[in-house]
Amino acid sequence: MDMNFNQILLLGSIIVPALTSLVLFTKLVNKQSTVTSLACIGFIFPFVAGIILFANFDRSVSGYCFEIFYPKMGLHELKISFHLGLNGVSSPLFAMAGIVGLSAGWVAIHSGAKNLKLFLALLLFMQSGLMGLFASVDLFFYYLFHEFALIPTFIMIGLWGGRDRRSVALEITIYLTFGALVSLGGLVALNVLVESEKFDFPSLSLALSEAMLTESSQFKIFGLLLLGFGILVALFPFHTWAAKGYEVAPTSVSMLHAGVLKKFGLYGLIQIAVPLLPSGALEWSPYLLWLALGNVLFVGLVTLAQTNLKSMIGYGSVMHMGYCFLGVGVCSALGAGSAVMLMVAHGLSVSLMFLLSRFIYKRTGTFEMSQMGGLAEKTPILACCFVAASLATIGLPGFGNFWGELGVFLSLGENAENHIFLILAAVGIIISAIFGLRAVSKIFFGQVSDELKENTGNKKILDLGINELLPAGLILVTLLFLGLWPRGISERIDKEIYSRYSLSSSGQAGLLLPCCPMDKNQSDLSTDYEELKIKSETKK
Amino acid sequence: MDSFLNFSNENLWIEIWPELCLALAALLILGLDLFRKPDSSRLLSGRIAILFQLGLVIFHLFDYLVWHHTFDRVAFSGMLSLGIQGDVMRSFFLLSSLLVSILGHQYLKSGSLRCGEFHHLTMLATAGLMLLVQSSHFLMLFVALETVAICFYTLVAYNRTSEKSLEAGIKYLIFGALSSSLLLFGIVLIYGVGANPEAWGAVFAGYESQDPLGFKYISNLLESNPNNLLLKAGVVLIIAGIAFKIGAAPFQIWVPDVYHGSPMPVTAFLAVSSKAAGFFVLLNLVNGPFLGMAEFLMPLLGFVATFTIFFGNLAACAQQNLKRMLGLSGVAHAGYLLVAVMASMQFAGNSDRAVWVLFFYLFTYLLASFAVFGVMGLARLKDEMDHEFSVYEDLVAKHPWMAFVLVSGIASLAGIPPFAGFIGKLLLFSVAFEAKLHFSLIAMVVGVAISIYYYFGWIREIIFKPRPSFSDETEENEKDLWVKIPSFSMFKLCMITLAICSLILGIWQGPFGDAF
Repeated sequence: MDMNFNQILLLGSIIVPALTSLVLFTKLVNKQSTVTSLACIGFIFPFVAGIILFANFDRSVSGYCFEIFYPKMGLHELKISFHLGLNGVSSPLFAMAGIVGLSAGWVAIHSGAKNLKLFLALLLFMQSGLMGLFASVDLFFYYLFHEFALIPTFIMIGLWGGRDRRSVALEITIYLTFGALVSLGGLVALNVLVESEKFDFPSLSLALSEAMLTESSQFKIFGLLLLGFGILVALFPFHTWAAKGYEVAPTSVSMLHAGVLKKFGLYGLIQIAVPLLPSGALEWSPYLLWLALGNVLFVGLVTLAQTNLKSMIGYGSVMHMGYCFLGVGVCSALGAGSAVMLMVAHGLSVSLMFLLSRFIYKRTGTFEMSQMGGLAEKTPILACCFVAASLATIGLPGFGNFWGELGVFLSLGENAENHIFLILAAVGIIISAIFGLRAVSKIFFGQVSDELKENTGNKKILDLGINELLPAGLILVTLLFLGLWPRGISERIDKEIYSRYSLSSSGQAGLLLPCCPMDKNQSDLSTDYEELKIKSETKK
Repeated sequence: MDSFLNFSNENLWIEIWPELCLALAALLILGLDLFRKPDSSRLLSGRIAILFQLGLVIFHLFDYLVWHHTFDRVAFSGMLSLGIQGDVMRSFFLLSSLLVSILGHQYLKSGSLRCGEFHHLTMLATAGLMLLVQSSHFLMLFVALETVAICFYTLVAYNRTSEKSLEAGIKYLIFGALSSSLLLFGIVLIYGVGANPEAWGAVFAGYESQDPLGFKYISNLLESNPNNLLLKAGVVLIIAGIAFKIGAAPFQIWVPDVYHGSPMPVTAFLAVSSKAAGFFVLLNLVNGPFLGMAEFLMPLLGFVATFTIFFGNLAACAQQNLKRMLGLSGVAHAGYLLVAVMASMQFAGNSDRAVWVLFFYLFTYLLASFAVFGVMGLARLKDEMDHEFSVYEDLVAKHPWMAFVLVSGIASLAGIPPFAGFIGKLLLFSVAFEAKLHFSLIAMVVGVAISIYYYFGWIREIIFKPRPSFSDETEENEKDLWVKIPSFSMFKLCMITLAICSLILGIWQGPFGDAF
């Protein structure tokens, strides 16, 4: 089969990590240096492929690029075939998965975990599943790759997790398997009811544009998908597994799961559920909006109560999923597009937060925020990164999250019925500002706590080394890039979303995602830092 | 003279050559064991049995796939109906019997039990099972069923030195006899009405010239009298008898005890072959003779399936002993398979899809079950029956290949991708949805989610680090817990092949995907 350079990259981004992972599982390599260099190949390849494919993506048309199609592989009975490709929605997420994967891999290689070889093998396996998940056009393989990524999570939590890892691993497994099964039920229903030639996004929407499903079956299938995907994305009230899991999981796993894997459900809702089942989506939309508000407000308040840094980040990530759900729940092109934008930005910012929390842990020996303090003097670079990351999470201009949240708010404002959600969701911004900034002040400013003095003893607390700065810097630069030049991804999201949502929301006027011109000055990292210093000082 | 000629013309002995070969070989092995010199190897009969069955599996596969493409036909005056589905089931039983022999060979190596009889009984039971699934006459069905049952009574109690095995044997005998008598009673009721319909308020013209036990006649009879009370009672009793064999609730009560007490290879044999046969017979019956009563049977089977799924999964969660847990999880699997049987009824007349889904599921179940039971058989415990979770603590560090095989088997049973069990469940979901069995589908989804609790709990013991122990006691036990297997042995090869097969089938279904 003839393949051009781009297709090779696309296929390679799945196969290379999978192969390196298989080699690491066997006893072929044992030397530490070979193991790490192999793992490096496995993490760098998807990263490079993601960036190159992102750059090569043809922005002028909607639909899939770099398609690879193997009709022979898959269950023909269920119209399944192996079909890869990227469209405007998946291409930024694909690149994001590569970036987060590289930095998570970097941390893992230098983590000095026990039985590092196995850890890297599982992480590479997960990475391969993550790349495949966003590259799949066929719905079955989309689900299968998700499971490929999910299963190593359970094992890694069980093997390298923190306190209570055994029970948490079991709980997460049952909860998430149930969610995955429910969404599988929804996909099977689509498979059976829609008379398309193939089981992939384009064929399904083609078949459905000719013959829509009845409203009652749309309602039921959308309900199944919403429940299944909702559990996997930690939609309120199915969110209880998330923060617990992230708290226990090793950092690289938390990064990949919270940052990338959790986007599976939202991606499914945006790509499959809403465009294919428009009337079902409209019927569910009010419920979804209220539940999403539960994520923002209820989980937001829970986040406020956290004293443990890692569980605060975990709950915070669940809370911000609420904004993505709000964007999806509006059922408009603007809402869905902003949700994608926010997904990409949130994936980066939350994995950065987890990454930095690990660096802090390495220096202080604890995740309890009350046992830290005054770190900014000793580790200015770390403090700077952390401040930037929390500002990004809050959604300050200059970072990608801002555009996503702004778009979500705009989409809520489009319709007068949704204004109540708009007002309540805006309260969430204040909540996240409170817990974000409070974490900054507790960890980096103020007096050094007695516990910290005890824990560290006479050891000098060092600032970030090069192996820590690079993975954090990689993510931070991407976040800034998104914040300063959102058009880089918003254009292609627009193209794709409009072509799909014109079917569903024909009545609603679409808006282009907001984009900011390059010359308009944005607050960069240092000014944010300055601002924050002023703020925290005034607070005191 | 004519009738004699006719009779002999209809007896196509060549059609049942696999059964005949198997039975003859079984006799041969028994004889060989009888006249073996005292100093020759005890295990010779096992080797012969394995080699012979391997040859038979391959030869039979070639026979119907390559040399003679099969078509539906009837032999022995309507006693047997042969066809591609029957041939697939024959291969299934041969394969399963081969694996039981391999497991049994390994099992008998260490003990002082006699070998020849074990393989003899296994092969005879398999021959019976093969006839059972092809029977199209209630007399044939019952005789074949009893042949199988008697072999199984003996096999369950094979470990004569163990009280538990004997107890299980008695239990299985009593419940088996009860189920056989229910079945027989049902057959008699149908026979009674069928032989003289008018006497029992049923109508059927020209009944005198037909065989009142043949499936064809009964099918017509039930179709024209779907509301006759006696016929209904007969059908329910027959289904109850089969429900005993497949371990469907509320007739599952014997399952945990018998699975617990039997020797490991026999447990596997019961779990795979006996259950598969029950399902295929049920499938034949509800799509053949009982199709006329589909409206009456659907809610009944629906209730049984849902009850079975929930009972099996919830009861398995509470088990500490793994053999009992596997027995109850097998009950849950019976529930899933019942949904496929119901789907085949919904597709009335065009049931092939559901049947192939059932086949696929059974094959994945075979691969997974033998992998699990095979590895479990390697644990050298004081009492063979004490399979607790703690036995498997940290197996992955001690014997990586055993852990790999075991985990692949458990994951396939649980339906976790990329193992074949996942594809089986996916296909099952899709036919259930197509047949509009929404309620059963929900029960299946919830049941599978519950089953993760005990399957993953087991995997957790195997892979994750054990809880810290503060006594030195465990270390002494660990030394000789697992049987030493040479690094290149038939048993190990076979186990790894099973695991790899279920891995490959989960990713690439190839011809199996097109077979539907």
